[in-house]
Amino acid sequence: MNQLGFPILSLMLAIPMAAAVWALVAPGSEEARAQNARVVALGATLIDFALGIVLWASFRIGGPQWQFVEHSGIFGRFAWALGIDGIALVLTMLTVFLMPICIGASWKSITTRVPEYMAAFLLMETLMIGVFAAQDLFLFYIMFEGGLIPMYLIIGIWGGANRIYASYKFFLYTLLGSVLMLIAMLWMSHYAGTTDIPTLMKTDFPRQAQTWLWLAFFASFAVKMPMWPVHTWLPDAHVQAPTAGSVILAGVLLKMGGYGFIRFLLPMFPEASNQLFWIVMGLSMIAVVYTSLVALVQQDMKKLIAYSSVAHMAIVTIGLFAWSRQGIEGAMLVMLSHGLVSGALFLCVGVIYDRLHTREIDRYGGLSDNMPKYAMFFLLFTMASIGLPGTSGFVGEFLSLVGAYRVQSWVAFVATTGIILGACYMLYLYRRIAYGALTKPDVAAMTDLSARELAMFVPIAAAVFWMGIYPESFLAPMRGDIGQLLARIERADPGGDGHPSKVAAAEPAQLAMAEKR
Amino acid sequence: MIVALVFLPLLAAIVAGLGNRAIGDVPAKLVTTGALFLSCALAWPIFLGFLSGHDTAHVVPVLNWIRSDDLSVDWSLRVDALTSVMLVVVTTVSSLVHLYSWGYMAEDDSQPRFFAYLSLFTFAMLMLVTADSLVQMFFGWEGVGLASYLLIGFWYHKPSANAAAIKAFVVNRVGDFGFSLGIFGTFLVFGTVSIPAILAAAPHMAGSTIGFLGGRVDTMTLLCLLLFVGAMGKSAQLGLHTWLPDAMEGPTPVSALIHAATMVTAGVFMVCRLSPMFVTSPTAMHVVTFVGAATCFFAATVGTTQTDIKRVIAYSTCSQLGYMFFGAGVGAFGAAMFHLFTHAFFKALLFLCAGSVIHAMHHEQDMRFYGGLAKKIPYTFITMLLGTLAITGVGIDGLFGFAGFYSKDAIIESAWAAGTQAGGIAFFLGVFAALLTSFYSWRLVFLTFFGSPRWAGSEHIQHAAHDAHGDAHAHDATHAGSAAHHDARVSDPSGEQGGGEPSSHARGFDEVPTGTAGYHPHESPWTMTVPLVLLAIGAVLAGFVFVEPFTVGRDFWQGSLFVSPELHEIAEHAPFWVKFAPSAVMLIGLAIAYWGYMLDTTMPRRFAATFGVLYRFLLHKWYFDELYDAIFVRPAFAIGRFLWKKGDEGTIDRFGPNGAAAVVAGGSIAAQRLQSGYLYTYALVMLLGLAAAATWAMAA
Repeated sequence: MNQLGFPILSLMLAIPMAAAVWALVAPGSEEARAQNARVVALGATLIDFALGIVLWASFRIGGPQWQFVEHSGIFGRFAWALGIDGIALVLTMLTVFLMPICIGASWKSITTRVPEYMAAFLLMETLMIGVFAAQDLFLFYIMFEGGLIPMYLIIGIWGGANRIYASYKFFLYTLLGSVLMLIAMLWMSHYAGTTDIPTLMKTDFPRQAQTWLWLAFFASFAVKMPMWPVHTWLPDAHVQAPTAGSVILAGVLLKMGGYGFIRFLLPMFPEASNQLFWIVMGLSMIAVVYTSLVALVQQDMKKLIAYSSVAHMAIVTIGLFAWSRQGIEGAMLVMLSHGLVSGALFLCVGVIYDRLHTREIDRYGGLSDNMPKYAMFFLLFTMASIGLPGTSGFVGEFLSLVGAYRVQSWVAFVATTGIILGACYMLYLYRRIAYGALTKPDVAAMTDLSARELAMFVPIAAAVFWMGIYPESFLAPMRGDIGQLLARIERADPGGDGHPSKVAAAEPAQLAMAEKR
Repeated sequence: MIVALVFLPLLAAIVAGLGNRAIGDVPAKLVTTGALFLSCALAWPIFLGFLSGHDTAHVVPVLNWIRSDDLSVDWSLRVDALTSVMLVVVTTVSSLVHLYSWGYMAEDDSQPRFFAYLSLFTFAMLMLVTADSLVQMFFGWEGVGLASYLLIGFWYHKPSANAAAIKAFVVNRVGDFGFSLGIFGTFLVFGTVSIPAILAAAPHMAGSTIGFLGGRVDTMTLLCLLLFVGAMGKSAQLGLHTWLPDAMEGPTPVSALIHAATMVTAGVFMVCRLSPMFVTSPTAMHVVTFVGAATCFFAATVGTTQTDIKRVIAYSTCSQLGYMFFGAGVGAFGAAMFHLFTHAFFKALLFLCAGSVIHAMHHEQDMRFYGGLAKKIPYTFITMLLGTLAITGVGIDGLFGFAGFYSKDAIIESAWAAGTQAGGIAFFLGVFAALLTSFYSWRLVFLTFFGSPRWAGSEHIQHAAHDAHGDAHAHDATHAGSAAHHDARVSDPSGEQGGGEPSSHARGFDEVPTGTAGYHPHESPWTMTVPLVLLAIGAVLAGFVFVEPFTVGRDFWQGSLFVSPELHEIAEHAPFWVKFAPSAVMLIGLAIAYWGYMLDTTMPRRFAATFGVLYRFLLHKWYFDELYDAIFVRPAFAIGRFLWKKGDEGTIDRFGPNGAAAVVAGGSIAAQRLQSGYLYTYALVMLLGLAAAATWAMAA
């Protein structure tokens, strides 16, 4: 079956699901049920995290592309087909890593309908792992779209004042894309005669059809990503969502768009990806500048971070379409890093929101005085967000932009302005929250991080440094799979504009490399 | 050994930073200062090893960092002659600044944080100078930027400090934008980011062209200029200099270490490190020369009108960095590094002396309220005098000179010797700036130490004298760290106002009432005066002792930077007037300063009144801040607001989801009617729909 001898992926899907059911049906008083739900949710997510570590430890780097494969037919061509490659592995790890932290973040701040809340989160974990593990096209679709539902509920029920509008907007955007994607999937399975994703990844679809299929998938993934101009659901969704909802939304759900690009758009439709290269690059370039400037003028902390997410995800799309190893590996690292860092930033917002119940930036100021530990973590994640070398933010951004420069100097030129603008809005935010005089009495009364909150921040901080100082741990499992992808898309390479003229140019470069080795 | 040298400060920073209040002030200070002195003790033997020719360049690998296809970056420490110079500069100044801060920061209540930042800075700077690849250099580059940001904003209660910190980081990021693109381009062209490999391959690429933003340009010119933009940001060259004067908001030891001796010279170091690459592009070299010369001239002119003691020295730093750049630009990289080396000593000295004066004058920084301090703080006076002799370049050829005499003259002569148009312009601007340097440096000395006391006019002094009311010893509050005093400083936004705008009441110093207001300035404690004395020794001797290896010594550099013996030869035999020009203008500058600030004290005011436009132009620093505010800062916010309100909300949402709601559901009321109970049903329907669709597909 696989290198472990038991269906670990199914187990990782089943545990949160079972815990969700238990949280809902457990008897007792309301208080007891709430506490029970919390404990069960934390336990289940921690077990999944432990299983994730087992998964990572037993993943054979350089082994077969698809590992931990499970396959059992259900009906027709529809199959319970699971399996992961290195790319799915690291994203699964991100998911199981963030989930216990989300439960921790909801421990005290959620007081109404706790069992239902925890059940929604656990269900979402199942669906998120399912997205990354699914090897059947329709299984993927169900997981991918199903992931919307718990998120929709979390925003709609436990959200802020304007939650209905936000959840409606969220739903409307994503629905549009998913309908088009479903149609495309039906056509593809009909054409290829299979719903097996690994097989489809090797299928050459006709040039003409590729364009349409590409656009249909793009409609769905671009919304999830989100790319400009279909990004406006994100700020509203974040603002209204409870803290943990924002963490998962930014940390994992946005990554599904990127995962879709790397799993479907590029390997299945390489020619169309080349043909529509400028759409992706154009929208991404606009997004970097546009959303960074919008982030600069935000008064609401969550909106600011939400807009910064759009700018970061634009770097991901740029890297993915850079047709080079640096670009794609960089894009993957940006996704992982953004998952950690923006998740952590939303936690930072949550910490002070729990104390003062406002997200308005100007209500704060001078927190370095009474919350020094908080200020330190906030600073770390701020710096990681603006890509300071040594933190996780740098490596991915750097590699993506190296790749971008290789394929188009204009793209790199515009996208690199992001490092200036990013510093502007993040430092401006940090200044208004943590610096300045501590003049407001209610702000001064706020207490520093509790042990529970520290336990949430410390692991993320460790991961941020780990990824920044020794990213090899995360790059190694993906290397082979990205090589496969590159081999697949090589034939449609758009070339680049930034290559030096002389034929002799290749010579010193090779000399230099030889010297290095 | 080099590993210990570099990582000790990091360890110390972690201990002091995380330990913070838990371990207390003294342990935190001991750990960081101890680590730095240890690093310093390890650095000098390395430098002396290269000086005597025993050591050769080597690289110590630490850990691999990024592997992606042909891109391979390691954490590793490179030690060669160029690095060894920087090692002694960084660790020496840093350890002395650590010691000095024991006294200067004694009354601060977050000292562990301060010392942790200082040590963190030192670590990042050491990573920068030992970098073997452009990416690790960028790591150090950003690391020192972070430390600079944290230290400028150290007194984060002050809005002006926070603004200055952000400005420093963001302006540096503009430079990093160029640096990053330069790294990307270099990697694309050479297939590596390893500095030795790039330098070896660079000559082969001379004359080739490369596509960039739709056009085709000379490869090496493009790469060098992109990298040079980074250097301009970090070294505060004209256009990207605006952050440096504001950075004076940081505590004075920080100004001495980061914004005078080490970090701001990183750009010069980078150009020297990459000198074999820069010389492949004459265009890039000309640009470096022009920018350096222009900065050198610009900053010196502004320095003549500022009244804040730290700002004068800040502009002086900016100007001296210009000298280094145009020295490098004309090909005299050895001379540029030599000036970097000597400048580190005398400029750190001048800043620390200024700190000592500020300390004595109860945080008053306006020189118009100084005067007559020579006898009150004699150590500070004498060491500052030596520093001024060093920066103005006093000396007699062939006999003895203070540090600046050797290094600055070497640069000016090289500019003349280059024989190019750019070199010629740089020569004249350099000589003129030398005159201004002498003028503003002596002006500072005369205003501060001579004449009669004008302390009574200072609010800071009045404050202190008031506090000390009737108590003969209470003026020692400066050292006592009383809470009341501390609050007064923190809540007063003008306390240590390095970055404040030029004061609106444009009063000449001669109009300030004289008198002491009963205030008695005291000399600083030994922790502060000992570093002053040690640095003064450097300022006196650094030029005389090291001039041979730095400027002549091909053997010393061992190929770690580009050396042109021809240029040195021509400079050596420059005509008498070229060699004598810097000394002549130095004497003229001294004479003017003596006349205006000692003899006829109304002269400066009359001059300012007569040439009002020029005076205001200089006082407002050529209006750079106003210009940038108008064309970058305000528009960025305005555009951001426009895109948000008119773009996102006014267009995308209006015609997107909101429009859809209006069409589909007959208005937004319908959307609001979606109650949470409704949501369950809705979600269920959706899931069932999905399943049905899938089933249908399978059956088909």
